[in-house]
Amino acid sequence: MTATLEFRGLRRVFGSTTALDGLDLTVQPGELVALLGPSGCGKTTALRILAGFEQPDAGEILVDGEDITGVPAHRRNAGMVFQSYSLFPHLSAADNVAFGLRMRGVGAAERRKRAAELLELVGLPTHGDRFPHQLSGGQQQRIALARALALEPRVLLLDEPLSALDAKVRVSLREEIRRLQLELGITTLFVTHDQEEALSTADRVAVMHGGRLEQCAPPAELYDSPATPFVAEFVGTMNRIPGRTGSDGTVEVLGRRLPLRGEAKADADVDALVRPEALDVTVGGDARVVTASFHGAVTRLTLALADGTTLKADVPSHRAAELPAGAAVTVGLPDRPVLVDDRAR
Amino acid sequence: MAALTTKPATRPRPRPRYWRGVVALVAGLYFLGPLLASVIFTVDVPGQGFTLGAYTGILGADGFLASLRLTMELAVATIAVVFLLLVPAMIATRLAAPRLSSLVEIVCSLPLVVPSVALTAGFVSVLRWGPTKLSRTPFYETILQIQNPSFPVVLVLVYVLMALPLAYRTLDAGLRAVDLSTLVEAARNCGASPARAVLQVVLPNLRGALLNTAFLTLALVLGEYTAGAILGFTPFAVWIVGIGGSQAQVSVAVSVLSLVLTWVLLLILAAAGRGRSFRKSRTSQETS
Repeated sequence: MTATLEFRGLRRVFGSTTALDGLDLTVQPGELVALLGPSGCGKTTALRILAGFEQPDAGEILVDGEDITGVPAHRRNAGMVFQSYSLFPHLSAADNVAFGLRMRGVGAAERRKRAAELLELVGLPTHGDRFPHQLSGGQQQRIALARALALEPRVLLLDEPLSALDAKVRVSLREEIRRLQLELGITTLFVTHDQEEALSTADRVAVMHGGRLEQCAPPAELYDSPATPFVAEFVGTMNRIPGRTGSDGTVEVLGRRLPLRGEAKADADVDALVRPEALDVTVGGDARVVTASFHGAVTRLTLALADGTTLKADVPSHRAAELPAGAAVTVGLPDRPVLVDDRAR
Repeated sequence: MAALTTKPATRPRPRPRYWRGVVALVAGLYFLGPLLASVIFTVDVPGQGFTLGAYTGILGADGFLASLRLTMELAVATIAVVFLLLVPAMIATRLAAPRLSSLVEIVCSLPLVVPSVALTAGFVSVLRWGPTKLSRTPFYETILQIQNPSFPVVLVLVYVLMALPLAYRTLDAGLRAVDLSTLVEAARNCGASPARAVLQVVLPNLRGALLNTAFLTLALVLGEYTAGAILGFTPFAVWIVGIGGSQAQVSVAVSVLSLVLTWVLLLILAAAGRGRSFRKSRTSQETS
């Protein structure tokens, strides 16, 4: 039941806005790929094209190598969970789950049996007789998930299914979704604007920007070695430290010369991009701690350099006592190649 | 729908209770007082004492059943035409061309600004003008047929026009209450063709709105006098005025009777609509 999924040069324009500007992406069988990006980056459009609710202006979608661009939505066999609560209000939970089977002409007894199995699968075996308005938001999305899985779809599409839920339910349901996805081994595309959600559940995260794919990589790789400045700043927190590139593939930043990672113009003013936890903060120097905020295991310091640049640095909380607000400090960089971006104004 | 609205009301604060009683009393007097007086007037004839003569007289009068039946048929036809006209149009505009829905709204609201007398006068002049201009075309027969007194299609046309603004409002409210595009997309995602998505998902969820529309249209057709009278047909309202004109007791009895009849019909419609949602909430209580 699992399948390879492929977007090829997908383009879609709505009036004056380009939602998709040549999207290429391949999802391997059984893989969970999160489509992550700011609102308007085209991630939902890509999913809706895959579900058959939108037609692309150009490009094609392939499932297991077969072009499904022209197949109508109801013959695509792609289960989808929607952002808004989408259960049919006039049907009980069990009837909602069995709706797709009814459309296929499966007999009543078989439908009931299958619905019971699926309700069991999503952890709501006793809720089959309830109607949507009698269920909580989290329960409704579980039922919607069961409904999406009922027809044993080749791909599972999740369109920000957790965004209407409160924080606690969101975390437990996303773990549940991941567990089910691994158990069933179903190819899944998960649209989200929440990077934590994407990084914690996906095998690979595809970061989109302006209708294009910026980078598609496993979460750790995405975080540690972002391919573009956009990815670097969109995923996690990123400092911009002024520096200047040399002609030999190095960059001079904070008084040190470090190798460059990726492409950059030679002899130009740039910003080096460095994670807060990569900065090394030591007592004494010409930088100053502005504020310190406790985050449990780490404490985030806001630092002001002598030239006025503001940085964020994470230090282990046990060291925070020696770095109170107002303390004079020195900021050091790790011995690693750095990613740079054109100087922000 | 009913299950949603019959949630226990929020606990009343003790203070305004006293006022509630006063308001209920005043409203009750205002509505029920005249009604009660009418009923007493019809059954308590001076010199005869208590008698149901006025009512039996009406029921036995010539044309009672015929006019009532005609009105019922007209009502059913009107409701059917209104549904066939509006439901597909409103669903289609919402799904495919949301910008057109304001146009539909304007068109449907137009009959509100045309008084029914003017509307009927317009129909009369068309019906007069029609036969002479169309006498050599096949439409001549059509013009005659729609005025067939046993089932005047022309009255259905008038009633549909009059019902459009009401029907639009109630259906619009019903459509606003559901997330139409998501429901249709969810249904299609489950393998339902567009037609099945509308029939098996959208329409059941518009049940309340459809019933309300039928409700209002039925009430409108039952009470409509102007068009029927001017165009020269005898639906129930016209017949009732005709029979009541001659006798004081009878004229009041007919208005009481038509009120009761309207109530009964509306209650039947409401009961038909509530049957399912009642069963719904009962089964869910059993499981919880």
